[in-house]
Amino acid sequence: MTEWIHPSVFYIPGAFLLPFLRGRIQKVGMLLIPFLGMASMYLMMRLPHGTYWTANFLGQSMCFGSVDKLSIVFGWVFTIMSFIGMMYALHVDEAGQHVAALLYVGGSLGVTFAGDYLTLFIFWELMAFSSVYLVFARREPDAIAAGFRYILVHAFGGVCLLGGVVLHALGGGSMIVGPLEQDGSLAFYLMLIGVIINAAVPPLHAWLTDAYPEGTVTGSVFMSAFTTKTAVYVLVRVFPGTELLVYLGTIMALYGVVYAVLENDARRLLAYHIVSQVGYMVTGVGIGTEMSLNGSVSHAFAHILYKGLLFMGAGAVIHMTGRRKLTELGGLYKTMPITLVLYMIGGFAISAFPLFSGFVTKSMVVAAASHDHRPLVALLLTMASSGTFLHTGLKLPYYMFFGKDSGLEAKEPPSNMIWAMTVAAFLCIAIGCYPKPLYDLLPFPVDFDPYTGDHVTGALGILLFTGLGFFMLLKKLDPEPTISIDTDWFYRKGSRVFMWLASKPVAKTDDYVGNIYQTWFSRFTLVFSDIFARIFDVRGIDGAVNGIANFFLALSRLVRVTATGLVRHYAATMLIGGIVILGYYLFATLMSL
Amino acid sequence: MIGMIRRIVLFIGDPANSKKVKKIGIAMLIVTLISDFFVHREHAMYIWDKIPGWSALYGFVSCVVIILASKFYGHQCGIMRDEDYYND
Repeated sequence: MTEWIHPSVFYIPGAFLLPFLRGRIQKVGMLLIPFLGMASMYLMMRLPHGTYWTANFLGQSMCFGSVDKLSIVFGWVFTIMSFIGMMYALHVDEAGQHVAALLYVGGSLGVTFAGDYLTLFIFWELMAFSSVYLVFARREPDAIAAGFRYILVHAFGGVCLLGGVVLHALGGGSMIVGPLEQDGSLAFYLMLIGVIINAAVPPLHAWLTDAYPEGTVTGSVFMSAFTTKTAVYVLVRVFPGTELLVYLGTIMALYGVVYAVLENDARRLLAYHIVSQVGYMVTGVGIGTEMSLNGSVSHAFAHILYKGLLFMGAGAVIHMTGRRKLTELGGLYKTMPITLVLYMIGGFAISAFPLFSGFVTKSMVVAAASHDHRPLVALLLTMASSGTFLHTGLKLPYYMFFGKDSGLEAKEPPSNMIWAMTVAAFLCIAIGCYPKPLYDLLPFPVDFDPYTGDHVTGALGILLFTGLGFFMLLKKLDPEPTISIDTDWFYRKGSRVFMWLASKPVAKTDDYVGNIYQTWFSRFTLVFSDIFARIFDVRGIDGAVNGIANFFLALSRLVRVTATGLVRHYAATMLIGGIVILGYYLFATLMSL
Repeated sequence: MIGMIRRIVLFIGDPANSKKVKKIGIAMLIVTLISDFFVHREHAMYIWDKIPGWSALYGFVSCVVIILASKFYGHQCGIMRDEDYYND
């Protein structure tokens, strides 16, 4: 079939073409590539589901185009978000970042349409290695260090995934990407670990909150959208109904909220809320019913757009003020009102206010937990959504835009940033007001109406009374200029334990072994070589050399006597020589007679 | 429209209007709480879903618990550290 076009066909070659374009044409290219990606998604919806673009590589069958409802819905949101992200980055005059972002999106789409695990793994790694450049590109020492930690964690996750895939294949498992048998095998758990590292499930989540706030303003917008949601896609595809994920997801939803209370860095606070929101999706995958999987997928869709919007809003403030800590920000409502309103739309969407996108998707996960008779999960997820509004909708905007005036000189960001945020904000509201198009895209038929009376008043009650609690405890919430220890401690400070081990006990052992070597081995060798020196060297070799030298010395003394320089002496010598030779022949002749 | 948005934001942010903003907020809380008594609850799955005003109470309690528990965790368990913690 040739009429099917893989959207990555535009992103990956486009990424290599972009650096050769200049100025206005480059900007057109930046928008054209995601536009063509969306167009290919539009065409894809008209084609029958199935597999396209299969190839044979070293005897391994690879499939680049496995198309069904699940891959189409993720394909749509990835292409839409790449368009918004590229628009937000239009003013950036550094092609490297755009190349990395396009490869990153191409990788996500490659994973989304991968039909076999090998293809999936290749695009999985492409994502990790292209996205890390978006962290490096900020070029600060902190960013470089965070980037290296990011790539090391992802390399580890990739190896786990590949190891799991290889074991799975060796055990006779199918290479086609699909639900794995939950047999508790090593292959199953290795693959699960590889995927939940990318989904940022605690305790394997710290790479996210470490790296995302260190990325460039525009780069982090891409990062907030693609890595974790690609992992959610793989979870939905491969691990539906894994009971462990219910518990991990619920813990995750609250874990992010707790750390967000303590956080002072604007984008790190938002990053902890990615952990929290992905917790809903992971829980939905763990529950594994049609409704909960629909909830996970639709929440991923909505999340990409509103989280992108929130990162764009916070990024706009960082871009215009150069400050990222809440303790240094405040009072920006006067100079950046449009940014504030657009940010707040994202804040209402993530908090699941009625008429905003989060309301029609998050409530589906919570309702699925209730329908599956998990009251505790439903209650804890509801508590987490109170925390979400508390931070993303109240604390962050309050201390960034209101609160005490920081006196920072700021103005609204460049128009391309405003427009990108406007598109995202429009989609957040559109999905919230009219969820049917999104529900139609979901993998299973939707039998869920978010807009019932008790649902709406229930959501408003939770959220508005969270607001009451916020203003009553405002003094307690003042941001503090601190950082919070998370599980990255183990490889940031833990590496020092390793260094101490290396410098103290290991070095001591090395000294000890060195001493033994010095005392015993070297001394023995020295004595042995000394004996050899005395016998062979002095008597044998030196003797022979000296003897030959002395002989030639004596000979030369003898010869020197003959070399006087006087012609008559030479003549006499020649004469004597001639007589001697003649005498010899004469004597010899006489003797032979 | 942009002018209108700007005016609304400036109104909310101005400390001189804080009394009015507070009154609007309280009115919204009351309306939400009262309307929760008049909605149908045929979808309710659990006992608490049937209690009017439950969500308001649960939202408020959640908020307070999250703030106090997190701050306790951050301050008393040695989680919040100096900004140079990793750099020395």
